[in-house]
Amino acid sequence: MRISPSGLHLPGPSRRNVLRGAGSAALLAGAGIPLLSACGSSGSSSDPKTVSLGSNSSDAVPKKAFAEIYAAFTKQSGIKVDVNTKDHNTFQEQINSYLQGTPDDVFTWFAGYRMQFFAAKNLASPIDDVWAKIGDNFPDAMKQLSKGEDGKYYFVPLYTYPWAIFYRKSVFQAKGYEVPTTWDAFVTLCKKMKSDGLVPIAFGDKDAWPAMGTFDQINFRLNGYDFHKSLMAGKEAWTDPKVKAVFDHWAEILPYHQDGFMGRTWQDAAQTLVSKKAGMYVLGSFVAQQFTNKADLDDLDFFAFPEINSAFGQDTVEAPTDGFMVSKSPKNHDGVLKLMEYLGTPEAESIYLKADSSVVAASSKADTSSYTALQKKAYTMISGAKNLTQFMDRDSRPDFTSTVMQPGLQKFLQDPKGIDNLLSSIERQKKTIFASQ
Amino acid sequence: MTTDTPTKSQEAAAVPPPGRASEKKRIQQGHKRLLTRRDRITLAFMAGVPTILHVVLVWVTALASILLAFTSWDGIGFDSIKWVGFDNFHQLFTDNPQFWPAVQHNVIWFVVLILIPTPFGLFLAVQLDKKIRFSRVYQTAFFLPVVISLACIGFVWQLIYNPDTGLINSIIGANKPGHYIDWIGDPKLNLWAVLIAASWRHTGYMMILYLAGLKSVDPSLREASALDGANEWQTFKSVIFPTLRPTNTVVLVVTIIEALRAFDLVFVFNKGAQGTELLSILVTNNIIGESSRIGYGSAIAVVLLFISLIVIIPYLIATFRKERRA
Repeated sequence: MRISPSGLHLPGPSRRNVLRGAGSAALLAGAGIPLLSACGSSGSSSDPKTVSLGSNSSDAVPKKAFAEIYAAFTKQSGIKVDVNTKDHNTFQEQINSYLQGTPDDVFTWFAGYRMQFFAAKNLASPIDDVWAKIGDNFPDAMKQLSKGEDGKYYFVPLYTYPWAIFYRKSVFQAKGYEVPTTWDAFVTLCKKMKSDGLVPIAFGDKDAWPAMGTFDQINFRLNGYDFHKSLMAGKEAWTDPKVKAVFDHWAEILPYHQDGFMGRTWQDAAQTLVSKKAGMYVLGSFVAQQFTNKADLDDLDFFAFPEINSAFGQDTVEAPTDGFMVSKSPKNHDGVLKLMEYLGTPEAESIYLKADSSVVAASSKADTSSYTALQKKAYTMISGAKNLTQFMDRDSRPDFTSTVMQPGLQKFLQDPKGIDNLLSSIERQKKTIFASQ
Repeated sequence: MTTDTPTKSQEAAAVPPPGRASEKKRIQQGHKRLLTRRDRITLAFMAGVPTILHVVLVWVTALASILLAFTSWDGIGFDSIKWVGFDNFHQLFTDNPQFWPAVQHNVIWFVVLILIPTPFGLFLAVQLDKKIRFSRVYQTAFFLPVVISLACIGFVWQLIYNPDTGLINSIIGANKPGHYIDWIGDPKLNLWAVLIAASWRHTGYMMILYLAGLKSVDPSLREASALDGANEWQTFKSVIFPTLRPTNTVVLVVTIIEALRAFDLVFVFNKGAQGTELLSILVTNNIIGESSRIGYGSAIAVVLLFISLIVIIPYLIATFRKERRA
């Protein structure tokens, strides 16, 4: 367009146009969530020879172990697995936007409520046809863990590990301690250890989640699996006297916990068990990762949390399970089915376990001959359990556990006497959080 | 294509305005002619891009956050946004056991920063301003903490305060059972422990600001007061400090901002556990991560915004009033 000498009719960007531009940019920003999350996934094509997989196993050992599984799968099926690994915590924190954007075909995740949540939100695909083939490989408890609320399968478990009380065989032998099977024996043992100059129960709650493990143990021992499950699902009141009783039991053993736990990480607490300054430690079997010396590791043993209520005995084991899920619209559907099927085989599990000996296979058919003594015991404990729980933050809504329970339990540990106020506060917050959906 | 425009504008500039009446008109016309099409596009681009960025990154997000504060949303799909009115605020003020402590801690943070590291930074600045030997070395040493990121500072101090292997407990022997001093976890101690770390950094920041202020103080003022027989303290109190007024304003604003945005140090230190709750950490805990209580988190963010406005608006009014007077 020619410019008129006066310049008055210039079609340059007027103020209105600028505003219009700003408006459309604002629209772009509104659509920014899927756009941003799109950045995370590698540009997976619809190539029938490739399956993309989003992984949270960023630590060196599991990362290598997973890579070996995928390599074995590629060798067997000719389908390449395009792995997109993210930092473990980042993966977890971004999971919402990741699954809403353009997620990879398959992604690593946890069993339990956290899996069911995304299944119910239609962010995952059911895989009943895969389970029709791999079903025989797994015990019933694992099958339950892999189903969504609608009864369809959404998850293929790979490995699991138990929570229990860990101790040093040599320490128990030297001092003549016996493994306690009842609450009273447990409390007596704590007293004895204290008088012997040991820290009875190692403890570090700086990361706020270890305390949830202790709560879980006492709750399902005292009130049983069903109550625990329903409390976690928000169906029971936290002001129930049964819940209060859990905290009363906890308060009874609290004086035998390691001092200064609020500022200590679980790794540091584990070190007191390594150095034999502490007698016991309630934690998952990943505590073994802190035992870098072979002799120390061989000396490590564990027992199930003692019985509190004879009606339930020791029938429940807390066994968080990790595995795989399929995103809402995988690009390579057939390839995904083949991969999931392979991941559900004992072969895939044994490849993983060779690299990481702190966990056990989820399948009941996996080869257990190469297990360490600790793994064998963990395996027996899990396969003999009547009920399996995951962990408080996997069995309940993550928003509830992270914003209410973590600070709540820390508050209890600081001030066990203020439990009544605390429980009614938890109950009020629980109601609003669970009502929001 | 555009060759005639520059010549015309040169003409307009060269020819003196014949009279007052036509002057205004001339300038207006000349102004329009000065801008070629390319100029206009460039101008629109230069003004437009920052405007768009500003609108999108500041206004749209702030308004969206305010709107979301009245909703309940888990962050999955836009159709799951539910209008809940003032529910979030009601819950926040009555049910959330961490909210009021967080507000209190933000206030304590500000009070401590203004009472301890700020005067101390001024003291250091005055000493360094005296051209003592190695003043550059001291200056660098005190300023170094400001250069380090707060996350690193949190990490370093966390090592110092560690209950088992930390420097302090190891030296004073407080890492044995029964004698523990839990600097990081004890809610009576941890805020003060973090504040020491924050002050350590803030002192250097304040020192540099005051040092810059002191350098611009006219030396003749000192001379005059020395001639009048004022001692060092009198000179400082009645002559130097009053001339530092603009610096003081900057210091105040910087300190308020530091207190309101306090986050990284505490997050690394102990993730805002009991005793060190802060508004910024509550916002993060509710919005980021799997919890995704976006509406509720936004409500906390709005409270934080509101507090910032209470502080900033009087400051802006005062500044503009001063400018208008000048």
